Amino acid sequence: MPDEIPRVPIALRVNGKRYALEVEPRLLLVDFLRRELRLTGTHVGCDTTYCGACTVLLNGVSVKSCTALAVQADQSEVLTVEGLEQDGRLHPLQQAFADHHGLQCGYCTPGMLLSAYQLLAKSPNPSEAEMRKGIAGNTCRCTGYQNIFKAIRAAAAQMRGR
Amino acid sequence: MPAKRNIRARKPAARKAPRPKLEEAAQWVGKPLPRKEEGRLVRGKGKFVDDYELPGMLHLWLVRSPYGHARVTHIDVSQAEAQPGVVCTLTGPEVAKLVRPFLEIGPEPGAKIVDYPMGVDKVRYQGEPVAAVVAETALAAADAAELVRVDYEPLPAVVDPEDALRDATLLHESAGTNVVWQGEFDYGDVDKAFQQAAHIVHIDRLHFHRFTSAPLEPNAVIAQWDPGEDFITFWCNNSFPAFAIQFLALALGIRIDQMRVQTYDIGGSFGIKITNYPYMALCALASRKAGGRPVKWIETRTDHMTASAHGNERVFRSTRVALDTSGRILAIESRHIDDCGAYPRYEPLGCIIWAQVLPGAYRFRNYRVRFTQVTTNKCPVGPNRGYSRMQHLWFLERVVDICAHALGIPADEMRRRNYIRADEFPYTTPNGCVYDSGDYARMLALAQERIGWDDWKEKQRRARAEGRLVGIGIGTTLDSGTNNFGQSRLLNPNAPFSGQSGVAIVKLGIDGNISVSLGSVPQGQGHETTSAQVVADVLNVTPELVSVRPGFDTERNAHTGHSGTYASQFAVTGLSAAHGAAQKLKAEMKRLAVFALNAKEDKLEFGMGAQGPEVRVRGSDKAIPYWGLANLVNVNNAVLPAKLQDVTLNCRYVYRPPFRLPDLKRKYGNLTLTYSAQLHIAVIEVDRDTYVPRILDYAVVDDCGRVVNPLIVEGQVHGATAHGIGAALLETCSYDENGNLRNATFSDYVPITSVNMPTLRTGHLESPSPFTFNGAKGMGEGGGAPLHAISAALQDALYAQGVIIDDSHNNASSLFHLLERTRAGRAAQIVRVESRAAAARR
Ligand code: FES
Ligand code: FES
Repeated sequence: MPDEIPRVPIALRVNGKRYALEVEPRLLLVDFLRRELRLTGTHVGCDTTYCGACTVLLNGVSVKSCTALAVQADQSEVLTVEGLEQDGRLHPLQQAFADHHGLQCGYCTPGMLLSAYQLLAKSPNPSEAEMRKGIAGNTCRCTGYQNIFKAIRAAAAQMRGR
Repeated sequence: MPAKRNIRARKPAARKAPRPKLEEAAQWVGKPLPRKEEGRLVRGKGKFVDDYELPGMLHLWLVRSPYGHARVTHIDVSQAEAQPGVVCTLTGPEVAKLVRPFLEIGPEPGAKIVDYPMGVDKVRYQGEPVAAVVAETALAAADAAELVRVDYEPLPAVVDPEDALRDATLLHESAGTNVVWQGEFDYGDVDKAFQQAAHIVHIDRLHFHRFTSAPLEPNAVIAQWDPGEDFITFWCNNSFPAFAIQFLALALGIRIDQMRVQTYDIGGSFGIKITNYPYMALCALASRKAGGRPVKWIETRTDHMTASAHGNERVFRSTRVALDTSGRILAIESRHIDDCGAYPRYEPLGCIIWAQVLPGAYRFRNYRVRFTQVTTNKCPVGPNRGYSRMQHLWFLERVVDICAHALGIPADEMRRRNYIRADEFPYTTPNGCVYDSGDYARMLALAQERIGWDDWKEKQRRARAEGRLVGIGIGTTLDSGTNNFGQSRLLNPNAPFSGQSGVAIVKLGIDGNISVSLGSVPQGQGHETTSAQVVADVLNVTPELVSVRPGFDTERNAHTGHSGTYASQFAVTGLSAAHGAAQKLKAEMKRLAVFALNAKEDKLEFGMGAQGPEVRVRGSDKAIPYWGLANLVNVNNAVLPAKLQDVTLNCRYVYRPPFRLPDLKRKYGNLTLTYSAQLHIAVIEVDRDTYVPRILDYAVVDDCGRVVNPLIVEGQVHGATAHGIGAALLETCSYDENGNLRNATFSDYVPITSVNMPTLRTGHLESPSPFTFNGAKGMGEGGGAPLHAISAALQDALYAQGVIIDDSHNNASSLFHLLERTRAGRAAQIVRVESRAAAARR
């Protein structure tokens, strides 16, 4: 094992903000976000790409940031939960999760919100099956998913009405 | 529907609407108020342990045993210590010199078990820590940990609790046996009941499987041992800190007041995080060794599944059930063997906690059980959601259900004949517990209505005619809450704790703000919101004006020796305390207002004025705002008369339920204060070709007394249902005969997801508790009803095939084997019915 691991420069935009940093090649995207940028809203719940607590959007596509390297996000656009709120206004999904008790401990919520965000971007009026599939990669241990479905439906209706 | 409110709004909107009538009682309790907690959590601004970054912080990585049972012959950390960034290491033998073994709660033989936070000369479960590496970064620690050399001498493992009973392989030589605790429970006149029985049903063996509620946030600790003051600060997610600090103080050889334990947001616990204190001890030791720098440890998911805590596994042997001619249960006799894994830790409390619900929802008066708990080479257990009662209630539901099938009585009718009747509450059980209120038959009727029982019966008849395997199952369960720790004396007469308590401080701050601190450790249960509702009602303000401190803190917040979040009790202990403290504060405010407004006490009214909350003299313009009262005490107090000098506006209240010690000889007494109930009905089809069980419909009815916040209660019901369905059909901790956990990752354990969680038809009943100030009962653990209902539905689907559902976990593969064995005539004869014509005629 070499004493010094060579660092690799990366440049990317996270939640609209530009960053240029040097990182260890093995650094995971989630650790980059959490430790280097101190964006701790993105969580880690497993080590086998199952739970989705770490979900972010990479160039508009949801990825599990525990299974991507920071260097893979070079020249990319990343959206995390911290980027959902605009001008002090919650995103309709955030507001709907809050109104419908779509969370309890809140540990899954950031990842859940981003999967739901992508789902509604693709399918503004998702069917029950689409909705279930849309968040199938996100484990919630608290809510039994019922209120998450309610929240997504409510947010979808609100976003369509805008 | 919850009221739509922008959760960002902190201040109440200027009130143009007519001023609300003052002194309105219970405006907020009972409302589906969205939680105060949501604001930070939906923004990703929650504060979980791993989010803390402290100056100079180091990271700890554990080296863990790959064996279920082995002797550790040699550990060499020299290569790891030489790595860049590594600050120090710890090994089992070193830890054993630095700490005393953890306290054992039970008597001998269990008390002779020696439990250190690391394996010392032996490892007893896969994943048991044997060494730790502390480094500047988590990656450096993990890299160096790979260079720690450990020599093991594998030993035969014992993983089956009944094998463990034979003591052929011993886990703890110091105890001389694998038995932790053993006792007889005998109530009523069991022998006489069997003599009078018309039918006796024998059930050879039932098995409740091992699973975990697996919170999404793993265990996590930061510890800092300040060498100057000899003082340890913990940032952690332990969910029963009052318990943990007692264990830690004894082990580390310090006083409880040499520790500060704090939590903030916690990503779920479900009881599993109660027993993470060994890791708190290791981080503290590592911090001391590293010269007082803070040390962080974040558990990986695989380590969590292997080595944090699982729920109790239990085997029910040689059960005999005495019934009368009409299927009324007269007596049950059985032998129960509970498997607590490698170390007891919170155990043997589970050996008595089941007795809170000894007869379940049923009226039988005669019961005899021999209860034994053993250690095995598996992960230690922790008080997982539904703790110990769920296992017992599943057993009772299997008994009732199997008897119904065996005697040809419809499942619903069987229950109606045996339920405790609504007019019998408060109901004293054979062992002296007092069920506060309830109406199980009405819950059943409501659940039947929700699911469309008659419709499903008809559909089932048609499906069966086509050869399809469709079953309908009922699960009745109890969620006993607010436990009396006095029950521990039934296990160990010398146990130093009893009773229960909840505490809160409600304070009117210098500027008139109302703040609350609680002794609970919420992990999603919305304590900030419900306590604000209760306090708002007492002080006639809106809940937005009540700020509740998140998390637990031995220095900053209120706490008692029972503080934590466990045993379905916050609605009783926590809210009674918040209510009591708010009333104390209100009484002080009244005394101040009498002086300030020169008015009679009975003329005062509390409520929202144009400028905020105020106390007014009824029918006049005279008023003083709350901040004015605070001002009189804190800032402008030269005017205060001597008789008001004791007023602090900082009021602490401890709520103690009216418990007494149980009668040790008769093993008799009230073990819990409240009894919530749930009734589930599941409709399931087992695919004839693939054996995949599929839920076709699902109904849930809950009754937790008066509901403080319907949104939160419903959320708890959903969550407990998901855990139960997951456990019944997907989740099991499966060990091979060498003690290897076969499904130690989420990908193998497959926690329930959005695609296999059915849509729930929910119904609700309110039987107020006569024993609590507002009729509320604790809830949240749920009682594992889906396990009961799904086992019953599978039983109903497969009874005609000769199959007996004898395990709480069933999936396509186990159902395939069950059916194949039965068809080939190789299935063990689990159930036998003995009917006595003579007795039947009597
Ligand atoms: S942490 Fe990325 S999927 Fe679980
Ligand atoms: S809210 Fe706790 S895991 Fe989803």
